[in-house]
Amino acid sequence: MSKRTIAVELATPGLDPQGRPARIPLEAGVGARERYGEREPDAGEHMLINIGPQHPATHGVLRLVVELDGETVVRVIPHVGYLHSGFEKLGEYRHYNQIIPLTDRTDYLSPMANNVGFALAAEQLMGIAITPRCTVLRVIACEMSRIISHMVWLGTTSIDLGAFTPFLWAFQERERIYNLQEMWTGARLTTSVTRVGGMMADVTDDFVAGLRQFVDTYPKTLHEIDRVLTRNAVWVGRTQGVGVMTAPEAINYSLSGPMLRASGVPYDVRRDKPYLDYDSYEFDVPVGEHGDVYDRYLVRLEECHQSNRILRQALERLPDGPVNIADPRLILPPKSRAMSDMEAMIYHFKQVMEGVKAPVGEAYVGIENPKGELGTYLVSDGTAKPVRWRIRPPSFINLAALPKMAEGHLLSDLIAINASVDIVMGEVDR
Amino acid sequence: MNPSAEALRATFGGAIGRAVESCGDTIVYVDRAVLPDVMAWLRDTPGQQYDYLVDVTAVEYRDRERPLELVYNLRSLERRTDLRVKVELDPRGDLAIDSVVALWRGADWLEREVYDMFGVTFRGHPDLRRILMWETYAEGYPLRKDFPLRGRFSRAEQVRQALNANPEAHYSMEELSIAEAYDELPPDMRERLRRGERDKIPNSE
Repeated sequence: MSKRTIAVELATPGLDPQGRPARIPLEAGVGARERYGEREPDAGEHMLINIGPQHPATHGVLRLVVELDGETVVRVIPHVGYLHSGFEKLGEYRHYNQIIPLTDRTDYLSPMANNVGFALAAEQLMGIAITPRCTVLRVIACEMSRIISHMVWLGTTSIDLGAFTPFLWAFQERERIYNLQEMWTGARLTTSVTRVGGMMADVTDDFVAGLRQFVDTYPKTLHEIDRVLTRNAVWVGRTQGVGVMTAPEAINYSLSGPMLRASGVPYDVRRDKPYLDYDSYEFDVPVGEHGDVYDRYLVRLEECHQSNRILRQALERLPDGPVNIADPRLILPPKSRAMSDMEAMIYHFKQVMEGVKAPVGEAYVGIENPKGELGTYLVSDGTAKPVRWRIRPPSFINLAALPKMAEGHLLSDLIAINASVDIVMGEVDR
Repeated sequence: MNPSAEALRATFGGAIGRAVESCGDTIVYVDRAVLPDVMAWLRDTPGQQYDYLVDVTAVEYRDRERPLELVYNLRSLERRTDLRVKVELDPRGDLAIDSVVALWRGADWLEREVYDMFGVTFRGHPDLRRILMWETYAEGYPLRKDFPLRGRFSRAEQVRQALNANPEAHYSMEELSIAEAYDELPPDMRERLRRGERDKIPNSE
């Protein structure tokens, strides 16, 4: 593969004298010539092409403006924000429990894990310890999310690189998890499964039996995908040595999740800053070696196996008992009691109308989402609504490294690299 | 309390403000003049090694008297330790601070987002543009507390601007200039691009 590097300073200079971001002057051709002089006669013309925002290979409404020299990518300028919904602003006008439906819609490929991340941050802020059954249920929710998110990633990436069959297998497995999510929460996508101090609903015996059946049969599909892709000449040729990030680069670019680990940095929040009861599960953290697209594939495939392992252990240990904490100020009473018991009705009224007040302070909780470290940073001034709800969006930060990874590669490799980042625009744009 | 707070005070003295603890996290307030030095020291000093920038964001409180806070979440991957560094800025004054992109490339988009949402200018940032809002967005900075939830302009004005937006102006001048494509555009499109550029929308601050 020919790797051409163009030795020009293409970044815009910082600020102009008025303090506004400086731009290249309007006389475009002149500006370009001032920057890198007259071209050599045989250098050929550069072409500017636009990919997206409506393009199947950009995995959502991502827009890439690409400067090409022949087929070599000289520069990539990503444009994001087409799906910006102002979730963080909306959160400042809502009670803590009312924010949970918004978290579904950020990373909509793993809604349950986002619910858990927000609930953990709110509970840390309020100093609440959740029940053992709730802890295990949340682990189940997180690992189910990891499996469906990685399945979507695997399916769409294989389509980008010309393999259609794994897509069908992966989406079939995802469908089975969606059925389980529907059984648990009544919704397939917008689950809103957690509450501050507990869960929206407990699971049924049917759910446990269904999940056990899934856990037993799922590895077969993973082995089939492994057989089709891992040693496939086309797959290997398109992914190995493409989009390499070394370990120091990955750290410097704040990559997280499989992107970071594929570059050889063994950091997994579940292992290194455990939340819930992850420190008591047996699982391996797969770490890559080369930091290319192929290693990211291997890391994610192995993570699916490990998630399955965690699910199996969680089903073994799922304790009986209440799923919500016993605090009437935080947990809504059952509807029947709210309608018949005066005290329960008052608690119900106060929670719905005033919300739960959090003490003054701030909390940051990072959880290992399928895309990377999902951080929830909450600042409270003592009222029932947060002053600031900040999502640390893993795929936004991972996507920021795309120009670094893609420049110098071929245009077709740009598609593979972009796919390997595993973005979901609902979270990038929030 | 994270011992790095004491170490910072021993090294930088009066430039380090108070250190507080909230929900188990240590927060150190730093004077904005020394921020790049403090960050470089935290990253490179043996025993500190905060080599990973988790997040950059800002907080504005509902209380108008309180300053706007810039929040840097740092992590040492080696020592598995987190530290939160804050810088206080007066929202009525000059919202400018030195960029840390030279230390962590990961700060690039994060600082752009803070600029986009709070209007904080990062000196020395290589490409400080709006990121989530579009470049001609003129209603202000959405996450500031004086910004109404529905935006500054009336719905009618927002619709009018959306309908009058120039659908041809997909590319910024900068993008056209890197490929020298601007000269090849038809004259009417060039004219529309020129008209559709920044700072043209009335009622902006």
